[in-house]
Amino acid sequence: MPEKTYLQAISDGLRQEMRRDERVFVLGEDVGVYGGAFKVTVGLLEEFGPWRVIDAPLSEIAIVGGATGSALMGLRPVAELQFSDFVSCAWDQLVTVAAKQHFRAGTPVPMVLRLPSGGGFSGGPFHSQSPESAFTHVPGLKVVCPATPHDAKGLLATAVDDPNPVLYFEHKHLYRRIKGEVPDERYTIPFGKARIERAGDDITLVTWGAMVYTAAGAAAELQSEDVSVEIIDLRTLQPWDKEAVLESVAKTSKLLILHEDTRTSGFGAEIAAQVVEEAFEQLDAPIRRIAAPDTPIPFSPQLENAYIPQVEDVASALRELAAY
Amino acid sequence: MAIARDTESLSSSLDAEQLGLDRAGLLGMYRDMLVTRGIEERGHILYKQGKIPGSFYTGRGNEAGAVGVASAMQPEDAGTPLHRDMGVHVTRGVEPWRILAQYMGREDGPARGRDGNVHMALIEQNLVAMVSHLPAMMPVAVGLALAFRIRNERRVSVCWYGDGAAARGDAHEAMNFAGVRRLPVVFVCDNNQYAYSTPPQLEYACANLADRAAAYGFDGVVVDGTDILAVYSEAKRAIEKARQGGGPTLVECVTLRMEGHAVHDNAFYVPRELLDEWAKRDPIARFRLWLSEHVQASEAELSELEEQVKALLAEAQKRAESSPAPDPSELEQGVYAEPEQPQENADA
Ligand SMILES: Cc1ncc(C[n+]2csc(CCOP(=O)(O)OP(=O)(O)O)c2C)c(N)n1
Repeated sequence: MPEKTYLQAISDGLRQEMRRDERVFVLGEDVGVYGGAFKVTVGLLEEFGPWRVIDAPLSEIAIVGGATGSALMGLRPVAELQFSDFVSCAWDQLVTVAAKQHFRAGTPVPMVLRLPSGGGFSGGPFHSQSPESAFTHVPGLKVVCPATPHDAKGLLATAVDDPNPVLYFEHKHLYRRIKGEVPDERYTIPFGKARIERAGDDITLVTWGAMVYTAAGAAAELQSEDVSVEIIDLRTLQPWDKEAVLESVAKTSKLLILHEDTRTSGFGAEIAAQVVEEAFEQLDAPIRRIAAPDTPIPFSPQLENAYIPQVEDVASALRELAAY
Repeated sequence: MAIARDTESLSSSLDAEQLGLDRAGLLGMYRDMLVTRGIEERGHILYKQGKIPGSFYTGRGNEAGAVGVASAMQPEDAGTPLHRDMGVHVTRGVEPWRILAQYMGREDGPARGRDGNVHMALIEQNLVAMVSHLPAMMPVAVGLALAFRIRNERRVSVCWYGDGAAARGDAHEAMNFAGVRRLPVVFVCDNNQYAYSTPPQLEYACANLADRAAAYGFDGVVVDGTDILAVYSEAKRAIEKARQGGGPTLVECVTLRMEGHAVHDNAFYVPRELLDEWAKRDPIARFRLWLSEHVQASEAELSELEEQVKALLAEAQKRAESSPAPDPSELEQGVYAEPEQPQENADA
């Protein structure tokens, strides 16, 4: 099986979707000639032409509204927002129109919004956010956060198949740093099915996106201290695999939730609440959450390191849980 | 650069013939206007009787705009009509009883009680249900046109918006994108001179909203929104131009909102004289007169049509009132569309 970067997996996956289904088209800023700000759509314009790879004006409302309208007419848009931060400009199109359309009018809106998200490279407050949690609070939207190249491609295929608006958060910090095996043939990965990144018995660590690698680093440290950590990569947040978390907690009785987004009302709060509701008696320790502090994401590397959870933060929380 | 121009009223049946409208078609348009107003008048009463929950909006004064534009569309064309455009739904064939059921929040309303008033549409008729946020449907209407352009279909999208909502950024982004890509979309601005209580001079600083079209690289035209044939003529021209690949047009239909913003509002802020003046230009009365003068519609023929519409609506109301309330146990269904087929090849 070929090894690919996370970015290449998305790019190849997208090309494969466009080759197999002519309803699929790409719409976004600088996605054509330039190949996208992160080069995910490189080569697509040449292969599919200017009406399937559409360079849009700087116009998130037009991009998301355009995707919504064309999806209503039977196309399968995969729209790119240059940075997930700019999704705020298109909030109405997404939350007011697209998300509620099927509930109100019974008409599906099969569209994918690709949202490069996450920090770790001094992008500052407007190019580094992880806004996925906000959208889990909007009935009608699906939220996908792949961590591996394999998942990135499989979840993209599922997103294209899905008849609902899907927010596909691709973590910028994984684009070129992370490599993995990715099959050439098309495959899908079901939404709402978590992946066990690492099996363990003592503590359950639930996370997604780039934090999977932070979790893995911490779990490796704890291994040498004889604490075995089970890492669950949720892969999708809406829907999310509650069963996998409950099953793991039934085994470990301890839960740590880790995310890059800010703490208050982050999706970790929802996970904690549901585990308390359904598995309170199985817990041997208070649930721990590690998340970014409730501040905008800062620019300078020193501040950003303090903001984004680091391996050491996770390792020390795991130690405390282990000792509890 | 495009310049907004005023259109002239049609004066003869010859003009109508040139537009491809025969006598039956003209009487059909008159009927659609009557049905539109009739539904809203009944709705008004039902609202006051407490049979319609929430709020209630009418499009009195806008019937020519709505029916005129919708009559110029082909069945395969699509659109996003708003809260003054109930005539679009009527013209495209939504049955009146279902519209009344919609108002009453019943199971047979197109939104099945999940949304109210004119927040409805039947996708079979290529209409998309509006949201409250104005004018958030404009970029969506452009998206419909984008789909037609991508597939090289000879279909046109019609995008309605109000003079007030024209102030919001959605309008700009939608028109800019449509202009840049010369998409087959016709923008119809229902300029009824008030946005809730806000008059035109507090809404925009240009002479006509249609002037803005020039900024987006397409034509703008101002039309008398109380003259259904003038509206039809301009809409037809714009729609067929878009169909031929000529890009968007902005058609501004000028009328006056003849009632309050919604039923709770008595519109005290609209000068009496203004209302009196526009009452003389009532779109339905004007067209009735035109029909009698130009296609020899007799008093007997017209009143028979009017009686038929009354009977139709009385029947519609009965049927709507017998439509069941939606079942609360189904509330959580349909938030998401179900995938068409099970995903093959799934690889967990
Ligand atoms: C974004 C937004 N802000 C406020 C409102 C409340 N509102 C509903 S209709 C309306 C006036 C709209 O004026 P216009 O666009 O001219 O349409 P009209 O109602 O006059 O036909 C307002 C302020 C709204 N629906 N959407």
